[in-house]
Amino acid sequence: MSCALLLLLTSLALVMGTGTAVEIQRPRGVPQSKRQFYEENKPFTCLDGSSTIPFDQVNDDYCDCRDGSDEPGTAACPNGSFHCTNAGFRPAFIPSSRINDGICDCCDTTDEYNSGATCQNTCREMGRKERESLQIMAEITKEGFLLKQQLIHEAKRGQEDKQGKLTELQGSKKGLEGKMEALRTVKKTAEDPEKEAKERHLKSWEEQKELIRMEKDKTRMAEAFLELDDDADGYVSVAELQSHLELDPDSDGSLTETETQGLLGGAGKVDTSTFETVWSGIKDKYLSEVSTYVMKTYVIQSFPYPKGSPGSGRSNEVSIIRFENANVCTLLSASQSLICGPEFIWICRNLEKEIGFDFGPSAEFAYLYSQCYELSTSEYIYRLCPFNRVSQKPKFGGSETNLGLWGQWAGPEENLYSVMKYDHGQGCWQGPNRSTTVKLTCGKETVVTSTSEPSRCEYLMEFTTPAVCQEPASLDEVLHGHTEL
Amino acid sequence: MASFIERMCLYRVLVLSVFLSITQAVDRSNFKTCDQSAFCSRQRAMKPGQSSYTALLETLELSDSHLTVQLLNNNNKVLLLLELYRLQGNMTRVKINELKPIKPRYEVPDVLITDPPTELMSVLAQDEHRVVLSLGGEDWRLILSAQPFRLDIMEGPQVLLSLNSRGLLAFEQLRIRKDTISHKISSTVGSMWDKIKSVFSSKSQTDTEEAGEKEDTEKHDKEKVSEGEEEEAEEEVDQPGMWEETFKTHADTKPNGPSSISLDFSLPGVEHVYGIPEHADGLKLKNTDGGDPYRLYNLDVFQYELFNPMALYGAVPVLLSHNTHRTMGLFWLNAAETWVDVSSGQGSSEVPQTDVRWISESGIIDVFIMLGPRPNDVFTQYSSLTGTQAFPPLSSLAYHQCRWNYNDQEDVSAVDQGFDEHDIPYDFIWLDIEHTDGKRYFTWDNNKFPQPKDMLQGLLDKRRKMVTIVDPHIKVDSSYKIHTEIRSRGYYIKNKDGGDYEGWCWPGNAGYPDFTNPEMRKWWASMFAYDQYEGSMENLYTWNDMNEPSVFNGPEVTMHKDALHGPWEHRDIHNLYGFYVQMATAEGQIQRSGGLERPFVLTRAFFAGSQRYGAVWTGDNAAEWGHLKMSIPMCLSLGLVGISFCGADVGGFFKTPSAELLVRWYQAGAYQPFFRAHAHLDTPRREPWLFGPDNTALIREAVRQRYTLLPYWYLQFYHAQRTGQPVMRPLWVEYPEDIATFSIDNEFLIGRDLLVHPVTDERSSGVTAYLPGNGEVWYDVHTFQRHDGAQNLSIPVTMSSIPVFQRGGSIICRKNRVRRSSSCMENDPYTLYVALDSQGNAEGEIYIDDGHTFKHKTDKQFIHRRLSFTANSLSSSDLSPDSQFPTASWVEQVNILGAQKPDAVTLTATDGGESSVEFEFDPDTAVLTLRKPGVNAGVNWTLHLR
Repeated sequence: MSCALLLLLTSLALVMGTGTAVEIQRPRGVPQSKRQFYEENKPFTCLDGSSTIPFDQVNDDYCDCRDGSDEPGTAACPNGSFHCTNAGFRPAFIPSSRINDGICDCCDTTDEYNSGATCQNTCREMGRKERESLQIMAEITKEGFLLKQQLIHEAKRGQEDKQGKLTELQGSKKGLEGKMEALRTVKKTAEDPEKEAKERHLKSWEEQKELIRMEKDKTRMAEAFLELDDDADGYVSVAELQSHLELDPDSDGSLTETETQGLLGGAGKVDTSTFETVWSGIKDKYLSEVSTYVMKTYVIQSFPYPKGSPGSGRSNEVSIIRFENANVCTLLSASQSLICGPEFIWICRNLEKEIGFDFGPSAEFAYLYSQCYELSTSEYIYRLCPFNRVSQKPKFGGSETNLGLWGQWAGPEENLYSVMKYDHGQGCWQGPNRSTTVKLTCGKETVVTSTSEPSRCEYLMEFTTPAVCQEPASLDEVLHGHTEL
Repeated sequence: MASFIERMCLYRVLVLSVFLSITQAVDRSNFKTCDQSAFCSRQRAMKPGQSSYTALLETLELSDSHLTVQLLNNNNKVLLLLELYRLQGNMTRVKINELKPIKPRYEVPDVLITDPPTELMSVLAQDEHRVVLSLGGEDWRLILSAQPFRLDIMEGPQVLLSLNSRGLLAFEQLRIRKDTISHKISSTVGSMWDKIKSVFSSKSQTDTEEAGEKEDTEKHDKEKVSEGEEEEAEEEVDQPGMWEETFKTHADTKPNGPSSISLDFSLPGVEHVYGIPEHADGLKLKNTDGGDPYRLYNLDVFQYELFNPMALYGAVPVLLSHNTHRTMGLFWLNAAETWVDVSSGQGSSEVPQTDVRWISESGIIDVFIMLGPRPNDVFTQYSSLTGTQAFPPLSSLAYHQCRWNYNDQEDVSAVDQGFDEHDIPYDFIWLDIEHTDGKRYFTWDNNKFPQPKDMLQGLLDKRRKMVTIVDPHIKVDSSYKIHTEIRSRGYYIKNKDGGDYEGWCWPGNAGYPDFTNPEMRKWWASMFAYDQYEGSMENLYTWNDMNEPSVFNGPEVTMHKDALHGPWEHRDIHNLYGFYVQMATAEGQIQRSGGLERPFVLTRAFFAGSQRYGAVWTGDNAAEWGHLKMSIPMCLSLGLVGISFCGADVGGFFKTPSAELLVRWYQAGAYQPFFRAHAHLDTPRREPWLFGPDNTALIREAVRQRYTLLPYWYLQFYHAQRTGQPVMRPLWVEYPEDIATFSIDNEFLIGRDLLVHPVTDERSSGVTAYLPGNGEVWYDVHTFQRHDGAQNLSIPVTMSSIPVFQRGGSIICRKNRVRRSSSCMENDPYTLYVALDSQGNAEGEIYIDDGHTFKHKTDKQFIHRRLSFTANSLSSSDLSPDSQFPTASWVEQVNILGAQKPDAVTLTATDGGESSVEFEFDPDTAVLTLRKPGVNAGVNWTLHLR
């Protein structure tokens, strides 16, 4: 639009001596699109049609129209708005209460025509800066979008893999069920021979199981001890244990010092040997920090468990073979415990869970699964493990704090996948459980760029990833869509 | 980030669990009941009966300014000196001290603005039983009765007030500890002295009683004891708690022993008494029979309870009595721990009566009896003693946004931006303790606030301001300048052994500067200079918190009473500490501007006279409907005793308000003097736009209503500063003869002309407001609907309703162009709301000055005009012709409520020129709107309706 024309239309304010109303003769503050309604020397009808006034009452610093349309260029109407052209930048509307309030709002300075404020026209500079940043953004988006295509591709393959694995497992389960059926038939026909032998065998089987269980428990205990002993001083202290809210004996959401001390048998800290007694009290509730069960299944698969352990997934077949010739009933119960046992169920469930996760419309967020990203601030290391949890660990000693477990996608309706929500973290004194909102922005790298705690125990994390990059509009479009002139 | 906050939380949990225990409400066991306070239980054990004091009329001396007479304690023969003053403005001052204390007793300095001017007192009649004195006028008398001692103030045949009529005067004389050597010596010397005295005693005194001799009151009556003579009386038996006292784990060594005082007052014909804040209780004081007395002892009470006489953060020992004939006041000038018993009931001959008894731990009896008779007279009388409300900067009457804490500069800038984005005005943003470098006041956290001046400049560019907190506990840290200076200058309060007193507060171990020391205050004030308080600028103001003082590990979360302020014990000055902190801080702000700019300082602790230094708030309330309701009587009570600039944390400090509660609190807070939202660190964010667009709009509207009324608020504070009238008033103050108003504390008046009945109930569908005044009319300010006075009006409400009424007969000026901050509205035009009374008249005022300097006072730069509507003409005339101020503001609109349609409207300008004014008349609402008179707000003009 023509800048000159607008300038012609707007005349300078006429100040009728100190303390009198500001008189403006022309429709200042009207956008080009509405200029037609303000015809000089013709009665003006309020844009809401509520009344008609002589044209000299337009912009006469008195509000006549209920919709404020008679005073586009003065602050007279409480609900009016003022249009700044902002040549060189973006045009804008500002509330008319910002006209002549002594503060420069429009970069073209047109809002301060009678306040004595000295405003600089900054439109050109702002326009330049905006174009620069848009350009940078466009490049990032372009590259990010390419990366996203790759991610989508990989995700698709990964998904198929997992589906395959699940199908395989479910197939073997079916096979086992078939075998069991056969064994049951055998059992039926064999009736109850060698009852004694069976019991003897059963006993030894139980003993063996117990031994293995204890072994496992010991390992778990040792792991837990190392994990808890944050400052590696060979002791687990009250403070170190206190972050494990799941141990809260009265389940009131907070693990007090006294309660923790109770868990430690009244001691302020315990060494490895004393920890054994402590462990027996907490092991049922204890949740590992470094790995939730989801991650553990992967560990299990690659970790050689004591041979013969009937509980671990890897050695299942071994044990089945081993007991093939043993008592049928034992074999039957072993098979039963296998396919109904926790590990098998966990593997299946986790695969199902992973497949069932909402990794975005094209599974572009799948690559974040089982990954963790850290940001180090002056005092803390923040850790985001997408689809799992957010945590905070002091740099200089102290235990890790759970800032929230994966909740759901929480972006606005039109952009659901722009925000992640993690909640049910460690409780706060007199406050809510900690929670974290993760804002995702397009970037070439996958990285946590900032963290803050805007409200007590409510954290905000900014996270860039190519997975949210949108298909870029052509750069020209971006640049020209935003500026007038 | 969690860093500091996290630690703070841990620290708090630790501290609180040890000293306050984590509970949802106040832990009462941390605070003394009267029974647990040795002097209170000792005094309260004394029951009404015949006073053991006799006024020795032969010692009476009458000078131009006052009368003195000795009082004899018949039990222990200790002599007191009573001084009676008739003060200008219909007041009587009664002072009682020991005639010859073994060391001086504390008399409260600095609270009275001057030595109150006296008036001549004359003896009307005298015999051996009584002396009758004239208090001026025809029939104002004071009767001093000798045996038992009592004072009666009379108007004609009517007793207005009696003093010691229940015989509860008690004055524990200072004494020497018996188990010390000095006691033995002095008692030996004493008895020798007695023997010598007896030899030279006056003729009439024949038999000096031996110590331990059985007492005989009748004999004493006959005795004439001349001035200066003492008798050795029976040894008084020490009671437990006289020489030391332990509360919980805290021992109070009492090197001076017992020193408490007590006195009773009877108010015949009185059923309603008010005042003695601060308590979370209703406006009308309750009977304390069978419960604890109201306690005045400045304390940091964690999560205080409602409807409770427990002490809170501040203390103003002023009580008002009111009936349809008369309003009176009692000002008990004593800064020590004080308990007040109130007992209302039937006196003799079926006349209602209220008895009041004051008990203080130390000091002297110094009481001002303000005789009214009208409420306004009492306010004038009291403010002539302790001063009026400081005239605040205009912007401080606007909206304040606070939170513990705005985390860093980015946070401040984002919140500031948020207000603009949502088009909600605000003037001040506040920073709580986390902004400092490790709770070292006068410093900034370098990581969070690396460029405080940039931040302040950013606010200044938007014509906005900031407040930072400066508390009086100083971190003990040899690398902290403030601490090392105070220590090296010897300005810290000392513990009983003479070392610097140290206690725990936010920074950990902290010292407490002795603000009672004028040198210390001078130095403190100098710390607010721009070159001393680094990062400060002219738009940075101050908040004094924790100045009770709060000591986390002290008895009752405050300072040990045996700590020392120079020669005085903390016991003597306790309730004054916060008063002095605010005084020194306000002085610092004045000084930094070269005496030009008005200060703004908010304090939590206060005393009589604190009104001279700024604003107060009701401390750490909670996000509960009950606390919202309580904000009204708490601020009304403060207004009655001079402290007009009062507010409660909007939204409630502890806990999390529902959106509904928050909105209702904004609506109520918008119509209370100090309007600040605040929130505890542990609560979720609650900036006005976080509760959905509907609630944002409701809050925006409430805040905007506040801004449109700023000219009216400013005028009220101008009046408060000149006259001492409260800004926020109970209805009875303006309708003193309407008994229906006497107990109302769910609605209030702002000035004379606005009546506010905030909605303070959850899911309310209506309120019933009492509109006072027979023959009065009231206009709903939103609909202009007219209602008659002296009725209970049912008002249906929705979430947007804030029931507010303008009194018929008043003219209120508003600025309807609400902008980003009040400063942006400086030159904006006025809209006048002329609410006609039943006779078709109305009156109002307008006051304009620069809004922030003392030039209104020093250079008479202001406009004060009367607006008057009578005989169909509205005119503006000068109320202060010798002052002037150039204003750009003009009159854009006049709304006449209750009007009739005129044929024409003409304007007569200053120069006599006439012009016609367009108008519009709405017959449905009877509102006549005059379009754009356009006259300057500072000149004479008249509008004629024809």
